[in-house]
Amino acid sequence: MSDKKVSEMSFEQAMAELETVVGQLERGDVPLEESIKLYERGAALKKRCEEKLKEAEEKVAAITLDGDGNPTGTKAVEGL
Amino acid sequence: MSDLFEDNAPGQNAPEFTVSEISGAVKKVIEGEFGHVRVRGEIGRVSRPASGHLYFDLKDERAVIAAVSWKGQAARLAVRPEEGMEVIATGRMTTFPGQSRYQLIVENIEPAGAGALMAMLEKRRKALQAEGLFDPELKKPLPYLPEVIGVITSPSGAVIRDILHRLRDRFPRKVLIWPVAVQGQKCAPEVTRAIEGFNALSPGGSMPRPDLLIVARGGGSVEDLWGFNEESVIRAVAASDIPLISAVGHETDTTLIDYVSDKRSPTPTAAAELAVPVRLDLLAWVGEQEGRLARALSQSIGQRGQHLRDLARALPKLTSLTENARQRLDRASEQLPAALRLVTQKRRLHLSEVSAAVRPEALRRVLREAAARFDERRARLVPGLLSRDMMRKQEVLQGTLSRLDLTSRNQLARWGRKLDGLERMRQTLGYRQTLERGYAVVRGDGDVVTTSKAAAKASALEIEFADGRLPVGGSPAKPRAKSKPPTDQGSLF
Repeated sequence: MSDKKVSEMSFEQAMAELETVVGQLERGDVPLEESIKLYERGAALKKRCEEKLKEAEEKVAAITLDGDGNPTGTKAVEGL
Repeated sequence: MSDLFEDNAPGQNAPEFTVSEISGAVKKVIEGEFGHVRVRGEIGRVSRPASGHLYFDLKDERAVIAAVSWKGQAARLAVRPEEGMEVIATGRMTTFPGQSRYQLIVENIEPAGAGALMAMLEKRRKALQAEGLFDPELKKPLPYLPEVIGVITSPSGAVIRDILHRLRDRFPRKVLIWPVAVQGQKCAPEVTRAIEGFNALSPGGSMPRPDLLIVARGGGSVEDLWGFNEESVIRAVAASDIPLISAVGHETDTTLIDYVSDKRSPTPTAAAELAVPVRLDLLAWVGEQEGRLARALSQSIGQRGQHLRDLARALPKLTSLTENARQRLDRASEQLPAALRLVTQKRRLHLSEVSAAVRPEALRRVLREAAARFDERRARLVPGLLSRDMMRKQEVLQGTLSRLDLTSRNQLARWGRKLDGLERMRQTLGYRQTLERGYAVVRGDGDVVTTSKAAAKASALEIEFADGRLPVGGSPAKPRAKSKPPTDQGSLF
């Protein structure tokens, strides 16, 4: 079990650890105390995954360029 | 004389030109006639002097023409002329009267035909590959779920729309579009700039730095896609820290950017598929994990419960554990009073055996025997014996004492005689006897004076006679001489 805070994990990290936790728990060779901890961590990881999946927001912007081709800012793009 | 002039010779009435005139006329004709030409040929010797102008030959099997591209134009050429390249050069013809030469001023060069282009592409690919730009170790893994995707493409058209649609279907994300020309001469520099520009953004800035780039363009001719073969683009992709997906042209089109990109996608739509996972699948997966977690835990607890019950069954009854001990206790407590009685009896018997020997008569007999022994010893103790011994010892003591007395008296008399003798000896040897005979001792300041020199130095002199001392020329000196040992006078003789 890594020590990284679940709330700081990327989706991929949370997903990979959730997979590990489920696997460990399913093997059933961990002590009971440990398996309750694993379950709690799994639940937190699952929550993190769901959070990241809910952050599915589309936002499209185009970079605006000056005459020399340097970026100056962004403008929202709609209707594509 | 008239026949010296050949002016009037038949056929000789054409006007005369000076060299300059004819050169100018030729120039006018050539520039007028060939003001804009496209010339196909193979590039011969190329020279690039420091001036920045570009000189090269264009040739075919039978002829050679000199070509020049002036500095500003040379930099803008779409294709860098290389020896052996089959090209179509566009420009105008002009002459160089100073050397009677004519040449082609080149404004643009394009590879002649697909074959030539492909040969050039292959050559470039090999060179870049040899440099290691396409090495698999350089390929970066794509992020599983990018937060911001940078798309480098034309802001209008089907390509960006396809990408956005597919992203929306799978996993809506933040998308930053960097608009570029996707064909023509501006294509390569703009794409290069966009890749470098995205990399230059700082994470978390006002313009979020993408964690994935897509360079996309729809299908087109080899020439249309040419910008994505340019070295500057290839190098920018190789240098990019952000993973990059190339999606240029259709599946059958391969451009050099596809070799250097971290992932090549056959179409823009496929690039969106490579870029993000499907959100709904992931949600389902997370749900499934949750179910597995819960199942695994309850199974784990269930198994343990069963195990516990099994163990509980195997556990013996509490009473069966104590029965044996209880029986032993009962038996022991039954035997206890009898055993106690037995022990008391034994002890009493022993006591009576021992106490039988303890009687007052026996004690008295012991006392009587001790008194008898005492009387007997006392009878043997006679005072006369003791006083006789004392008297004898007294006599010995008296004898010894009288001998000591006698001996010490004799010793004292001997020492007295010896002392008298020594005194007489002393008297004889002392200087005072000498004084009796008329000698005197002279002292100066208390010390004995033996020379006239010392006497002259002394402040006061004193003469000692047998009957006393007489100061000379002063009051009598303090009787210091008393402290002086008289034996000092030994030196007078």
